[in-house]
Formats: sequence, structure tokens, C-alpha cells
Amino acid sequence: MLLRHTKKEVADRKALVINPAKTCQPIGAMYAALGIHGCLPHSHGSQGCCAYHRSTLTRHYKEPISAATSSFTEGASVFGGQANLVQAIDNIFTVYEPEVIAVHTTCLSETIGDDLNQIRTKAQKEGKIPEGKTVIGAPTPSYVGSHVTGFSNMVKAMAQLAEPSGKKSGKVNVIPGWVEPSDMAEIKRLAGLIGVDITLFPDTSGVLDAPLTGEYKMFPDGGVTVSELKKSGDAIGTLALGEWCSADAARWLDSKCKVPCTVLDMPFGLAATDRFIDVLRTVAGVSVPDAVATERGQLVDMISDMHQYFYGKRVAIWGDPDQLISMCEFLVSLDMQPVYVVTGTPGKKFEKRIQEICEGQPFEVKVKAKGDMFLMHQWIKNEPVDLLIGNTYGKYIARDEDIPFLRWGFPILDRQGHQYFPTVGYKGGLRLLEKILTLFLDRKDRDDPERVFELVL
Amino acid sequence: MAKTKKVVQFDAADIKEELLKKYPPKVARKRAKQIMINEAQESETPPEILANVRTIPGIITMRGCTYAGCKGVILGPTRDLVNITHGPIGCGFYSWLTRRNQTEPGPDGDNYMPYCFSTDMQDQDIIFGGEKKLAAAIQEAYDLFHPKGIAIFATCPVGLIGDDVHAVAKKMKAKFGDCNVFGFSCEGYKGVSQSAGHHIANNQVFTHLIGENETPSEGEYKINLLGEYNIGGDGFEIDRIFKKCGITNIATFSGNSSYDQFASAQHADLSAVMCHRSINYVADMLETKYGIPWIKVNFIGAEATAKSLRKIAEYFGDKKLIDKVEAVIAEELVEVKTVIEDVRSRTEGKTAMMFVGGSRAHHYNELFVEMGMKTLSAGYEFGHRDDYEGRDVIPTLKVDADSRNIEEIEVVQDEKLYNPRKTPEEYKALEDAGFKFKHYEGMNPDMDKGSLIIDDLNQYEADKLVEILKPDLFCAGIKEKFSIQKLGIPMKQLHSYDSGGPYAGFKGAVNFYKEIDRLVNSKVWSYMKAPWQENPELTGTFVWE
Repeated sequence: MLLRHTKKEVADRKALVINPAKTCQPIGAMYAALGIHGCLPHSHGSQGCCAYHRSTLTRHYKEPISAATSSFTEGASVFGGQANLVQAIDNIFTVYEPEVIAVHTTCLSETIGDDLNQIRTKAQKEGKIPEGKTVIGAPTPSYVGSHVTGFSNMVKAMAQLAEPSGKKSGKVNVIPGWVEPSDMAEIKRLAGLIGVDITLFPDTSGVLDAPLTGEYKMFPDGGVTVSELKKSGDAIGTLALGEWCSADAARWLDSKCKVPCTVLDMPFGLAATDRFIDVLRTVAGVSVPDAVATERGQLVDMISDMHQYFYGKRVAIWGDPDQLISMCEFLVSLDMQPVYVVTGTPGKKFEKRIQEICEGQPFEVKVKAKGDMFLMHQWIKNEPVDLLIGNTYGKYIARDEDIPFLRWGFPILDRQGHQYFPTVGYKGGLRLLEKILTLFLDRKDRDDPERVFELVL
Repeated sequence: MAKTKKVVQFDAADIKEELLKKYPPKVARKRAKQIMINEAQESETPPEILANVRTIPGIITMRGCTYAGCKGVILGPTRDLVNITHGPIGCGFYSWLTRRNQTEPGPDGDNYMPYCFSTDMQDQDIIFGGEKKLAAAIQEAYDLFHPKGIAIFATCPVGLIGDDVHAVAKKMKAKFGDCNVFGFSCEGYKGVSQSAGHHIANNQVFTHLIGENETPSEGEYKINLLGEYNIGGDGFEIDRIFKKCGITNIATFSGNSSYDQFASAQHADLSAVMCHRSINYVADMLETKYGIPWIKVNFIGAEATAKSLRKIAEYFGDKKLIDKVEAVIAEELVEVKTVIEDVRSRTEGKTAMMFVGGSRAHHYNELFVEMGMKTLSAGYEFGHRDDYEGRDVIPTLKVDADSRNIEEIEVVQDEKLYNPRKTPEEYKALEDAGFKFKHYEGMNPDMDKGSLIIDDLNQYEADKLVEILKPDLFCAGIKEKFSIQKLGIPMKQLHSYDSGGPYAGFKGAVNFYKEIDRLVNSKVWSYMKAPWQENPELTGTFVWE
């Protein structure tokens, strides 16, 4: 047993977190910043954070993740990190020549109270920010919220670049939330099929799925440009996908730039994708082509074809709130049973949403925000499940309890595919179902006695 | 297919100039001192390198922090300690199972390696202090697991808000009575790199653990293996060889280690130091307090392994051991020779670069020499001058303002337990025969004249070096791996071994030869251009069959 010290008896814990279902803010800000074209993320703190965040993102993507750091020393930690950041900005623009530096903070610089705006102004005054280059900043204290909060804070800083001209561009802003590059590409493809001109931000497609050609581009072709972000203030509206990841930025554009917004669920599964496409065509005033309806019909077809394998299966799922909400809805729509739902990210609204989704279903859901994987594992020990869905850290539970395991979410450190194959939209729904079925049927083939082992399933 | 390339000829001075050209003047001046052309100067005194100094902000360093050096490296691998990170969630999360310290749970079955424990500090803990939450977390860990020991690791904000992890630890230890609780002030901003964390870990392990177990350890030829973290099973392979030779390993610091190993380390008669950087402090303290001498060893490379085993045997001076070691070497080298003969035909003359933490950039040179490969350039993230230039320079080292606050602890001879392992005459006889105690000659002497030795290499320099010198292989870590491979250069991680290993010992050497052969001769490096990119000009019309 790998997790041999995890016992069935659940004791109330108030201070000790064991096996967290979240990590800290700055990594989310770093990921979001990589979705800006020509952007170098910068971590204003001691360099260990930056090394850890880069390593985790690199292990998830098997791609280079560049980011700089202020490299605080003990002196700077006591007297403030202004000199470090101004020097860093100068060095970065001289040596690496990005279009944009997107600065986020850590628990260190937040505790000592460094003011990013004031430091940026100082750098500007000292001529450290070259003409035409941009520095944006988002405070991302690690002791508040989670990596999701950090992502949201940096997306908001991106929205704050908006410079409304007073003339509407006819475009729609779509804030996809923390999804994979493949998912961002899929959202763009769907918008393209429907014929809606969108500005997607952040957009890591084309950045974190770069080809191997013998040439290394520190700033690949992908990413939303600063000019597009500036024009986001002229959009006819903003679709924010995910309350936790995307709503803050959308609401800022709404209140400051008069760009109306609506907050939708992330388009995982049938119903959430339906709502996304229906709202998108309504705000843009276009009709949806048959090609999209065909994709939808294929997903419905697969659900009906394979329903017997999904029906009644108990699932433990953990990850980030926005993703979990849509995914639980999808599972319920398949007549599966998301019985344990855990996120490390705080938010009472999350628990309420999950309860609503599972209401009237023939199972009881245990849901916890600010929970951890130790607790979830204890629940599983008390009453087992048929499937685990979550990030790589679930593999220890999967092996100990011998449960099929779908890797989904962040981070996935031991499998590939997430940056290439989408899990959003109808196509993404098909892929999720294919993966879940493969897990169930492989398990059946492994466990069935010889006499009932079958060719056709 | 793989191209046969000759060793690249270059002028190191030109390359150094090229690397520095783009920097702002202040940065260029500093980097000039951290980029050294090995023995290029004509003077009598060997050139000095600037090392263990603060990182240049914004330069994209490879370095991590003190917490990583302390919790991540030294204490992380100890299976039966509950390691609680006192801080916001990130530090604990990122150091959760990401270093490949393999672990055998042992007969008692205690193994907390797959767990991450954190106080998950919130904003109210930053405002009102986190000591109460820390005490509660320690209590909860004790109630749930009843471990032998609980270690507390401070992160950046802890020092700033003034939480006293040591006071909390002391209070809880007294309360429990049967669980050793101790703290580490390893805030990320201390020092300039992981290195400070090693030192802090060494001090506290020595203060709180070593010597706790007074029952003498059984076995012949008792040693401690210091600075070996069992990445990819390196320590398992070394232990296999020790066992075969009849050498008893009391404690490994700290791959596959347990509380009791640390607690019994004072019973060994020799300390064998693998990673000098991370553990030389404990080696020195063991000698001062208990009279255990230390020698530098290297189990990376078949020849190096044989040499290190002979060194240990010579120290004990017992014919039985000397003969056994020779027999083991002879037996083990059979397989090594078969593989190296085959592999060398495909690796001879190829070139490598190595930029790894604080010891491997030197150790792995042995393996490349065995494969007939040449190291063009190498360096450490956080080595000190003694790791480059040898311990002889230690008296001349100056501690700068950034590292001044790393605690130096006072260790004195233990009145009862100090026991010189050999008589002065025996020590002298060994030294006269060329045996060197407490000695490490550093990386530089093993590097070719004119090669580039670079401290705290950054991303710009890495990419530039590769573009100019086009090595056949680049060795560093996960953050460097994929930008180098985008350039079409094979990249081997020498921290995580790319999920491979072991690479130590005899079997490890064989694994490494095969792995490097696979990597540098892989077909993939010939796929970078599509056919229409290789010949973009249309020269005729298509002929149908």
C-alpha cells in the first residue's frame, strides 16, 4: 500500500492539510500570462517559487516554460523588492526582448507589501520599459484562494489593458478559463464554425503545443496580442467561462468599459456546451450551422450506444471548481454518480452548485470546498467508487484501491495528450467518454472470468 | 540518421565574449567573473570563479530556494518523518513526490513519502501569526500517525511575520514525550540558492537526530554514505555493492533513509561523501564530535566506483575486505566491459555539456570519459568555490552579506563518545601512501584545459552555448530540457534522470551508457525538416508511376 497511513476513520482536522487538492496563486498567473503573445511571466518574490512553478508547468506540458524572477534575498525581503524588480525589468527587456512582462507576486512580496503599480511607474520613469513594450501586474498572494484565484487575477490584469474607443468592434470576448491549449483551440474552432468573431484571452494554443523544428522560439506565434486586449473594451459582450477563473475579468470590463458580460459554465459535456453555443449565437446574432448539430448528435449517439456502461457508476472527482461543476453535470447526465466531489479551492457557492446538480438523483453527494485528497480517500475507504477523475496525484489512491482512473485537470505529470486533444465541446465530450469507456472495458476484460470473457462489448 | 561529428574546435575567449555581449554593463561585469576558462590564464595562481553569490534579477536562473535545499533535498527522503511545511500551500505541493528519492518502507512499514503535509496558511495566519495553527497541525499529525519524528519547515512569510517554529517544536516535543519534533528556519529568501537550505538542514539534523540511538550498530566495516539521495535507485545499487563487499552502511544521508539511521550515524567508522556540497557540514561535524574521518567518494562511473571501493577498503586496511572488494570489482566489470565496448563505438568523440545543481556536473564527467565523450562546458547552479576549485581554497572564502545570516553551529568533541578511529601513526601511514582525508579537489582539475566553466548558468547563456557549440548532448534539469530539444539537441536530465536510473555503481553505469547511446543516436533528430522544407524549390514535375 502506498498510502498505508490513510485510515478509514475520519477525524476532524482544523489545521493540517494532507495531500492538497489545490496549489498556490502564482502558478495560475504564470499559466495565464503564457496565453499573451510575446509575454514573459515574471515572479516577484524569491526565486524558489518561480523554479517550482516553471517545473510543474513544464512537467505537465513537456514544453519549455520561460519565466523570470526578482530573486529576493534576505535584504530585499526586509527592505522591499523595488530595486530587484526595476533591475529585473531592465535585464529582461535587454536580454530576452519580450513584448510584454506580466508580473505576479508571491507570499513574500505580498507580506512585505510591495506595490507593483508604484514599482512599474518607477521603472517607466527611469526609462527601463522600452517604447512600445508593456508591463502588466497582478497581486497573487499565495495565502488567499488557490492557483485558480491567481489565474483569475492575471486574467483580470489582462482585461485591464482594455482601452475602449467608444466604437463597437462587433467582436465577442471569450474568456475560456483554465483549460488546456487544445481546449482553447477547440473553442476558437467552434466559434469559427458558427461564424462569430471572438477575442479569446488568455490563449495558450500555439504557445504550449509548439512543434520541434530545430529552432527554439522563446515567444511562439500563439497567444492573444496586447493590441487585441486593448480592443477588448470595444467588444459587444464578454462570455466568461467559469465563475472562479473568468468572472472577475469579465465583470471588470462590464463595469469599467461598458462591455456587458455573462458568466457561463465551462463547456465540458453536453449541456454546458449547448448553453455556450446557444449564448454565443444569440449575442452575435448568427445561426448555428448543421455541422455543429452533427457533432452534438454524435455525442448523444455515443451516450445512447454505451449508456449501459455508464449507468449507476460511482465516481470520486477532485480538482478546480469551474471544471468540477460542468463535469459533475455531465456525469449526472450520463446517469453516473459523482458521489465524492472535492476541491481545495475555497468557495461555499461551489458546494451549493454541486448539491443543486445532484439534487433529485438516486445518490447522496459528499462535496467539500477547501477539502483535501486525504479526506476524499478516507471517504472512498468507507464506501468505494467505480472511477476516479482528477489530476496525477490520484494515481496513488487508484493503485491502492484498484480503481480505474481518468487523468483530467491540473497537473497531469505522467501522461500525454492534454495539450493536443480537447476535452471541451462536443468533440471533447466524445473524447472524455472514449477514455472513460476504455477504462471500464479494460477493467472488465481484466477481471472477467474466462467463461464470460467476450469479444464484442 | 545520426551524424558522426568531430569534437568541436573553438576559442573559449570568443565564446565568453559572445555570451556577455548582450548584457547591460553591470550584468556583464558580474557574469564575466562567473564564466571561467579553465586554466586559461598564464599566471601561476589558478583562476578563481565567482560562485555562491546572489542571482541577477530577471536573468532566468535555474536556481531554486533554501526551502527546496532543506525540505526538498535533505529531509524529504526520510520515510518515517512527518515533514510539515509551515506556509501557504505551494511549497509543500511542489515538493510533493517531485524528486525521485526511491524508498523501501522497511520492516516497520512507516513511509510518509507519498504524503504532503502543510499548515496551508491563510491571510488571517499572516495577520495574526501562524504559531497556534502550527501547534494544532503538529498535534493532528501526532494523533493521526504517531510518527517517530515530526519536522517543521519554514517558508518565506514565516520569517517575516515572526512565527517561531523552534519554540513551537520544542513545546510539542515536551508535550508528546515519545515523538521528536524539530524545526528548520529554511525561509526561501535566505542565502542565494538551495545551498543555504543544505546547511540549515545539516545543522538541525546534527543537533536533533544524530547520536539519539545509543545502541551500538552491528556489522563489519561500518560506514556512513553521505550526500546520496537514491534518485532513481542510485542508493539501492550502491548498497547492493556494499553488501556484496561486506561493507556495512549504517546511515545514508538521506536517500531511503529512516529516523534510526540518522540517530545511529555516530556508530560508523568512516564517512564516505558523495555530494560534497550538500553534506560536507555533517561530515565535518561527525569528525569533530565523534572522531569519524571522512573521505570523498564517487559512485558515478564504473571506474570511479571501483576506485571508491578500493579507497574504503584501503582505509580499513583489512586484507579480507581488500580481497573481497577486488573480487567484486572483477566480477562486476565483466558486464560493464561488454556494454562499453559496444556503446563506445557509437559515442566516441561526441561532446556534452552539463549544468547540474552542486555535484553531478562533476561526477558525471567520469561516465562521459568512459564513453569517450568530451565535456565542453560545465557548471553548477549553486556550488561554492570549493566545489569548483577544491577544498584548499576554503580558508580564502569570504562570506558575503547575502549568506552571512546562515547559522554556523559550534560543535565540540564529545567527552564520552569521541573516539579516534585510528592512531595518529595509522593516519600518517595512510596519508604517506597517498590517502587523502577530508579532501575534495573540485570539478576544475577534471575539466579539459580551455573548457568553459560557468556558474549559475541562465537560459540565455544555455541557448547561446548550444547554438554556438552544437554539443551532441546537453545535461541539466526539467526547466532546460525542452528548449534545448527544440533546438534539435538531445537533452538528458541529470536531476530526475528522465524517469530512468539507477546511474550509480556498476549496474548504473551500464544503464547510463545504454541511455546516452539511445539518446544521442536516436532517429528523431533527423525528422526536424519535412521533405518539402528540405528542398523547397520545385525542380521538375511529379512523375506518376
